[in-house]
Amino acid sequence: MSDPTTLDSRPRSLAGDAWNDLRHNKIFWASAALVLLLLLMALFPTLFTSADPTDCVLSRQHDGPSGGALFGYDFQGCDVFARTVHGTGSSIQVGLLSTLLAGLIGLSFGMAAGYFGGAIDAVLSRGIDIVLGIPVLLGAVVLSGRLSGSGDDGVTAVTLTLGLLTWTSAARVMRSSVVAAKSQDYVAAARMLGAGPARLMFRHILPNAIAPFIVVSTVLLGANIAAEATLSYLGVGLKGDALSWGLQISDAQKHARVAAAPLVWPSVFLAATVLAFIMLGDAIRDAFDPKLR
Amino acid sequence: MFRYIVRRLLQMILTFFGATFVVFALMFANQDDPVQALAGEKPVSASLREALTERYHLDEGFFGQYWYYMTNLLTGDLGESISGREISALLETAWPVTVRLALMALVIAGVFALAAGVWSAIRRGGIFDNGTLAFTLLLLALPIVVLAPVAQWIFAMELDWFPATASRNASFYALLLPAIVLATTVVATQLRVTRTSVVENLGADYVRTARAKGLLPRRIIWVHVLRNSLIPFITLIGVDLGVLMSGALVTEEVFNIPGVGSKLAQGIRTEDGPMVVGFVSILVIVFLVMNLVVDLLYAALDPRIRYE
Repeated sequence: MSDPTTLDSRPRSLAGDAWNDLRHNKIFWASAALVLLLLLMALFPTLFTSADPTDCVLSRQHDGPSGGALFGYDFQGCDVFARTVHGTGSSIQVGLLSTLLAGLIGLSFGMAAGYFGGAIDAVLSRGIDIVLGIPVLLGAVVLSGRLSGSGDDGVTAVTLTLGLLTWTSAARVMRSSVVAAKSQDYVAAARMLGAGPARLMFRHILPNAIAPFIVVSTVLLGANIAAEATLSYLGVGLKGDALSWGLQISDAQKHARVAAAPLVWPSVFLAATVLAFIMLGDAIRDAFDPKLR
Repeated sequence: MFRYIVRRLLQMILTFFGATFVVFALMFANQDDPVQALAGEKPVSASLREALTERYHLDEGFFGQYWYYMTNLLTGDLGESISGREISALLETAWPVTVRLALMALVIAGVFALAAGVWSAIRRGGIFDNGTLAFTLLLLALPIVVLAPVAQWIFAMELDWFPATASRNASFYALLLPAIVLATTVVATQLRVTRTSVVENLGADYVRTARAKGLLPRRIIWVHVLRNSLIPFITLIGVDLGVLMSGALVTEEVFNIPGVGSKLAQGIRTEDGPMVVGFVSILVIVFLVMNLVVDLLYAALDPRIRYE
């Protein structure tokens, strides 16, 4: 994407500009570091704790923090720190995969609607309106309950549910930026040079229209992680032996009067994760959208 | 105006059928044998199976059943929950407290968002502005599933300022903490939108004219600017309603308020399929109708919308 005609040796593409801006943004580095830490925790939980999250002994119920268990023990006598750290994995996994699915659906819907326009746009946009007519959590409650079998841990069901219900904002953003990019001169030039629709869409329009989509997807990632915890809290998310912050909050809430630590720590982790992704999205948006500066 | 209303109504009808169809399809997804599901582990006799099939039109195929579902929904017949109670009766006892809670939350959020939004727009870049920006970021990062239990623990259990639970006929005071918690789900976006549109309007020509006329700054801001800044704020209320419904689901469950949200949560817990689908269908309809009302209000407020 670099422009060889400028005398300045540095490439001055949008992505290059944005990166230049991001490099000097403290909020970007803070949130990126937090996201990396969480990813590390999700992939290698044993780096952070050697305790077994499923090792629960009732006799140490609600015991306070100690050298072995930083956050103490919960109602079942499980190590709260170990459970919280091991819960990172499922949260991040569900968040990433459901956002990927939503992103793919949103990208294809938005691209098709924006590029083809006319009747296809009308049909696809009405489709987006219809899905928007269902508040996400309400739709998710019905769908997730339906998708999960009685024996499994619900990871697949929640991922599919959130992916299928949250793609609308990405699709709308993608559609409007494709519509804007479509009428640019370089697209007309490429078309005159004989580029087909597929080449136009993926080589010329997509790279120039994807920035707002990336921003929306980053924020959606945080929202989906929160939604997973909410569904798990309500009993239609992860279940059974699965480790999830939502399940931890749900269990600990009943005993908050006696022991607050099992409630507070998964809450802090969940809030920090959502915050990290929102700040990351904010920083990326500021970098990609010079109008907002 | 008339053409706008007609077009909006047609759109609404399409979305209505589409959304109910999706909810219905979701209910059908992955359903193999509803008769056996109803009976649990017990074997079902052939005659009982026939009677149930007849009663619930199970032999009609997907679209036939959608037809029955829609006619029942439109005539207000939501069927019975698994425990044998009329779903419409359950809904009837549950909705007043939920509406009170949602209204309180909307008012709290609206008042706070307007006041703080206008103030931070006037003092742009000041301490208050940066403070509210950080505050809204924090609120956006606190999902209701974190905020509700933690607020209940801090303010109701540790500090004992509020009651920890609320009954069906709860007083204003008992609903205050849940309403504040619910308000936090919408206040951040409302505040940011208000701030942006006030900033935009402060630079508009009519403000300069008003200033040149010698109007009091107070009057310019609270009458001229605020009225124009209310337009995006009001459109947002339609979207907020969906957020409030989702939020009420968790808030009512946490604070044990016997409203629509906690009934729905209870239905989820007891795997009461008909009740969950009935409640969700009604909530989706309420959401769509309220969005229609908001859009019409929007058109009434802003003449630019009517004549597009």
